[in-house]
Amino acid sequence: MLNLLRKMIKTGCVTEAYDGGSVPPRFRGELAWQETTCQHCRQCLAACPAGAIAFSGERLIVDHSACIFCGRCVAVCEQQALTHTGEYRLSELQNQLSGKIRSMFKRSLHIRHVDAGSCNACDWEMTALNNPIYDLQQYGIDFVASPRHADMLMITGVVTRNLTQALAMTYEATPSPKIVMAVGACAASGKVYGNSYAICGAADTVVPVDIYVPGCPPRPAALIYGLLLALDRLEERRN
Amino acid sequence: MISAVQVIPASTLRAAVTALSHGGRYRLTAMFANDERSINASFAVYAIFFSKEEAEFKTIKALIKQDEPLEFPSITPIMAAAAWYEREINDLFGLTPLGHPDLRPLVLHENWPQGNYPFRKDFDLGSMAGASTEYLVPPVQGEGVFEVPVGPIHAGIIEPGHFRFSQAGENIINIEAKLFFTHRGIEKAVEALSLDEALFQAERICGACSIANTLSYVQAVENLAAAEISPRAKYLRVLAAELERLYNHVGDIGNLCAGLGFAPGISHGARLKEQLMRLNERLTGNRFLRGWITLGGVTMDITRELTGDISQTLTCLRKELDGLLSLLRDNDAFLDRVNNTGILPQQAALDLGVVGVAARASGVDTDIRRDFPYAAYRSFSFQVPVYTEGDVAARLWMRADEAIQSLGIISQLLRGLPSGKLITQLRPVEPYKSDFSVTESPRGSNLHWIMTGENNTIYRYFVRSASYPNWPALTVAVPGNIIPDFPLINKSFELCYACLDR
Repeated sequence: MLNLLRKMIKTGCVTEAYDGGSVPPRFRGELAWQETTCQHCRQCLAACPAGAIAFSGERLIVDHSACIFCGRCVAVCEQQALTHTGEYRLSELQNQLSGKIRSMFKRSLHIRHVDAGSCNACDWEMTALNNPIYDLQQYGIDFVASPRHADMLMITGVVTRNLTQALAMTYEATPSPKIVMAVGACAASGKVYGNSYAICGAADTVVPVDIYVPGCPPRPAALIYGLLLALDRLEERRN
Repeated sequence: MISAVQVIPASTLRAAVTALSHGGRYRLTAMFANDERSINASFAVYAIFFSKEEAEFKTIKALIKQDEPLEFPSITPIMAAAAWYEREINDLFGLTPLGHPDLRPLVLHENWPQGNYPFRKDFDLGSMAGASTEYLVPPVQGEGVFEVPVGPIHAGIIEPGHFRFSQAGENIINIEAKLFFTHRGIEKAVEALSLDEALFQAERICGACSIANTLSYVQAVENLAAAEISPRAKYLRVLAAELERLYNHVGDIGNLCAGLGFAPGISHGARLKEQLMRLNERLTGNRFLRGWITLGGVTMDITRELTGDISQTLTCLRKELDGLLSLLRDNDAFLDRVNNTGILPQQAALDLGVVGVAARASGVDTDIRRDFPYAAYRSFSFQVPVYTEGDVAARLWMRADEAIQSLGIISQLLRGLPSGKLITQLRPVEPYKSDFSVTESPRGSNLHWIMTGENNTIYRYFVRSASYPNWPALTVAVPGNIIPDFPLINKSFELCYACLDR
């Protein structure tokens, strides 16, 4: 017991603000495209294993929700017109969330995780939110054991044939009003493994999704950013 | 990988397997099928065996002619380890293992229309017909016996699986595990993709085994292309593999504390794991080390600053890890829960072909890094710890010992990092050649088998992760314990659902 206390006191408080640390130089975040240097060779389009790159006329469009941040497009671009920046705050909110819902959950949000067919990387990053460094509870947000206790579902993975029913039933069991977050490229785009007899698609093919968090997997800071964005609490923290 | 292939008619499979495994010299590593009707007018059932004493893999390829009955003699009655492989072959290919004691569907659940076999080359998703089935759980009956269903959506942040406990009071009589909920059909989805493209799917079979899966995949392709990669790339691959083992083992020690509600252990373990994940991100830009290993080598070098960063981070980690372990080793309340809980007997581990931490904790001395070295493992000296108790505690201390060994390997590696280019270009591979590679993931041996198609594409891809043979072992270790100990026993095996389900 004494040893335990000594260890705790010696370790002290290790909790950080989610955006406190610097992003390492090698981190592959948002894709930036330089129109002036691009030769439109479209090698990036052919190289993308996730179907995240498209051209609209001469403009390159990146679907960050499908991007697996592998860096292959950047590697094949001879003109260096594509680069990964350090920006990880890529969450996108759909408009259907009313201000009233957001204000209801603003100070206290309970989450149920649903793995709908994930590789477990997103799941592990969600687990990391509970570690003393990110300490999700400091934001009044916590994970709960049952969808019946939850305000939000965080869905990871492509929805597999074998989990379609479980996902639909979990959504039904969650009381309204509720928020649904699609975590990572699989849940957000459903494209990571291509077409398969065993895959239904993205999370929004089965349940309505309110917020998409890109990443493969999204780093814990990106998840917290997405949560605070959904709750309309970012301004509050920036000020 | 050099492996002898013995081609036989399927009807003689049982005799061939008996001859090979006689006296336990060769043990089953993996078993799978392939639709080779366009190549040799047959389906093939492959069974790969390994002998530690001979340091050799041997493959039996049993052919079933397409115009004969699509069946083969089951080897499960003589070799329990084959049970799930044969059920999977039955599900995906519609090849019936005759004499199999339990042919319930395994991979395809009751939602799947009967009589459709997705791994046959002429399978068409659009024209599926047939009735769905019911999932049957063998009943356990008796006075006061009841069932506890759990999952597939669990209470924690974990992967999906359904467990059906048969209970008498708190004691577990039987546990049925219904898995493959996250089955994504990755092996089928990569068919006809180029070897380059499929790399990204292989890397995403599992998060916590990203490196092990990628390494097995690229080594299998490099074997096919008869490519020799540079010593530096081999060293960096070992670095990646050991960093993956380290963050898994350290994280698992913390997670195991969650299985019995020991909060300081959970917090310290999670904090140490976070330090390792951040190191991974500094080295490769991804916390799961994704994007580092590629065909022919590695994509990124480590600079002198990063070498210093690794040494410094791991020196601190060693000290902290010792501190965490001393909290556990001296804690009677903790030891009371982990000692003698969830025992996997050595004979069960051998019979089921259990691998990795779970095998070594039950007295089975096996480690692919030592028994069949790959990448640069021959260049390092390390111990393979073995415990004989087979309980939760043995699996826990095993991870602690292995983490220390990993630190030793990394420090040898950083001192002697050879020079060399990072990537060797691979030449195209001839069609219909097959080869495989086995690596030691944090959970045990991990086998990837590839047959190439036309134009450097994949014809058939098979993945046997460490969790595959280890899941059935859980159902042996759990009965006889009380239900509150199930999470603890489960965490001590720390099996991936994603790796198993694919």
